[in-house]
Amino acid sequence: MNFVAPDFMPLLPELFVLTLACFILVVDVFLEERQRHITYGLAQLTLLGAALLTLATYAHAPVTTMFGHYVRDAMGDVLKLCIYLATAAVFLYSRDYLRQRDLFKGEYYVLGLFGVLGMMVMVSAHSLLTVYLGLELLSLSLYALVAFNRDSPTASEAAMKYFVLGSIASGMLLYGISMIYGATGSVDLQIIADAVIAAPGTENLVLVFGLVFLVVGLAFKLGAVPFHMWVPDVYQGAPTSVTLYIASAPKLAAFALLMRVLVEGLGALQADWQQMLIILVVLSIVLGNLVAIVQTNIKRMLAYSTISHVGFLLMGILAGTPEGYAAAMFYTIVYVLMAVGAFGVVIVLSRSGFEAENIDDFKGLNDRNPWLAFLMMVIMMSMAGVPFLVGFYAKWVVLQAIVNIGLVWLAILGVVFSVIGAFYYLRVVRCMYFDRPEQSEPIQMKLDTEIAISANGLLLVALGLYPTALMTWCALALSG
Amino acid sequence: MGFDKFLFYVFALILLFAAVRVITARNPIHAALFLVLAFFTSAALWLLLEAEFLAITLVLVYVGAVMVLFLFVVMMLDINVAPVRGSFSKYLPIGAAVALVIFIEMALIVGSSYFGGEQYNLVRQAADHSNTRELGRVLYTFYVYPFEIAAVILLVAIIAAISLTMRQREGTKTQNPGQQVRVSRDDRVRLVRMASEKKKK
Repeated sequence: MNFVAPDFMPLLPELFVLTLACFILVVDVFLEERQRHITYGLAQLTLLGAALLTLATYAHAPVTTMFGHYVRDAMGDVLKLCIYLATAAVFLYSRDYLRQRDLFKGEYYVLGLFGVLGMMVMVSAHSLLTVYLGLELLSLSLYALVAFNRDSPTASEAAMKYFVLGSIASGMLLYGISMIYGATGSVDLQIIADAVIAAPGTENLVLVFGLVFLVVGLAFKLGAVPFHMWVPDVYQGAPTSVTLYIASAPKLAAFALLMRVLVEGLGALQADWQQMLIILVVLSIVLGNLVAIVQTNIKRMLAYSTISHVGFLLMGILAGTPEGYAAAMFYTIVYVLMAVGAFGVVIVLSRSGFEAENIDDFKGLNDRNPWLAFLMMVIMMSMAGVPFLVGFYAKWVVLQAIVNIGLVWLAILGVVFSVIGAFYYLRVVRCMYFDRPEQSEPIQMKLDTEIAISANGLLLVALGLYPTALMTWCALALSG
Repeated sequence: MGFDKFLFYVFALILLFAAVRVITARNPIHAALFLVLAFFTSAALWLLLEAEFLAITLVLVYVGAVMVLFLFVVMMLDINVAPVRGSFSKYLPIGAAVALVIFIEMALIVGSSYFGGEQYNLVRQAADHSNTRELGRVLYTFYVYPFEIAAVILLVAIIAAISLTMRQREGTKTQNPGQQVRVSRDDRVRLVRMASEKKKK
């Protein structure tokens, strides 16, 4: 047995985040209650440092290390940069919310950073083992974060549901992984890909069997119908600061996971997983958009909207073409941008002793704070897919990819339900502009939060006008 | 039929029986004990497969540590079983249908036709072959990255458990060891000088 020490250089961002997360964990113990902002600052610095390290060692060509368990490529690096950015925004938006609720504790940031580490492991996974471990690292951090507010019974209930259903999903995923290991004899995605191409017809049945369980497990984690039951309850029950976190960055990691497992590992079985994804897409888009209409709680409404967006994400992947993958990646990044913005506005509207949870809480927002109302309108219209905003372009490229492989009926379904979905997004806009305000308390925002939320909203407009830059970036990252 | 095959069927039947009883037993303590039995028999199956290290680990970790803790928790919580069963019959038809479909699928695939010993180039190792050493050798070399991530997951579990349980609630009575140690005699004992009383007649 000859053992050569692996190259650790590509792992630099992961090692940095891990070290700093442990460092913050220790430092936080010695801080007084009023010095807690130091923990917050260190967490933000960690994300900044990780971003700089990722940029400094940007992978122009794919590098595989750690004996095939880890890969560093352009797609991973782009997604990692987006994860840092989304998480930094999450930490910034939720700071005052946590402080007002006596939840401004070091654990929130430590668990958040360990979640980021889990996402990074997922994004860079090159074996089914690392895929699973990264997913568990992220999930475990999220379970703890949802239950973070111990005094709220709804949060505890949400955490319990999330934990039980998440464990079932992990079981499904592991069973699928064991089947694929049994059929191919390896967990390395490259070896699996070669074995799948070389496998004779009889062994394919085991692979397809394993694939079914893999797709079910992934669909659970993504929240695609019919495995979506946990999404609305967790989004509603969790503290808004945690909902903001769950709804944003993990979607990027989930996209990477689908790309790694389905496309890189089991690309030869595309005909099989395409059928499964079509079922998920149709159900997600139909159910997500229809049920969102009757919601009165905005967190729940956004949860169902997430389900329908997941449908669009999967639609891009099932196209199975490079342009489809690029479209799905573009869609995911744009969706995360919109989700961070939407929950960011929800969190800003809440103050101590008051949760802005219902759509009615947005009534007359234009009279109370015209700029915030404008930003929320931009985000909502972008989610609905109104032309000249980036959400429209994202839907457009996905639909284009799907039409190009001949699935016109699916594209038409997507368009019809997007129009239906526009109703509940525009209802929020109507509430803000045409209803009388029920509250007169001024909306307090720190300057940095206001700048970040403004940048977030304006980015949606800017990307809507010049989508090609980000689109080219996505296409380049996937081809590289 | 060789003796090891006979042993396999005995243990497999006990395992199936125990696993079914885990979910059908009404008393949570019984369910937990049947789970212990299920772990023991799976360990025996692993021994038959010559995976001695995994078998011992299963007994030590799951039976020795996890299940004992589990029994403690079950005993402390004193769960009332009746209300949990309320919605059981409501979801039975759909649950049974899904379970049946999955069972048929699994029965078609998981068998000797795909996973039989002749499908794999099994190598008989000598009796002194140590698979503990083999496991250790790959665990800390070729699988060091997954191994380290697993360590981080355990760290997160510790942080999560502590942050969810360590909190100060109003009205709970706790001891402060520091104050207890620093206590002096004067805090606790007061000597009172008083005149002796006369016995009343």
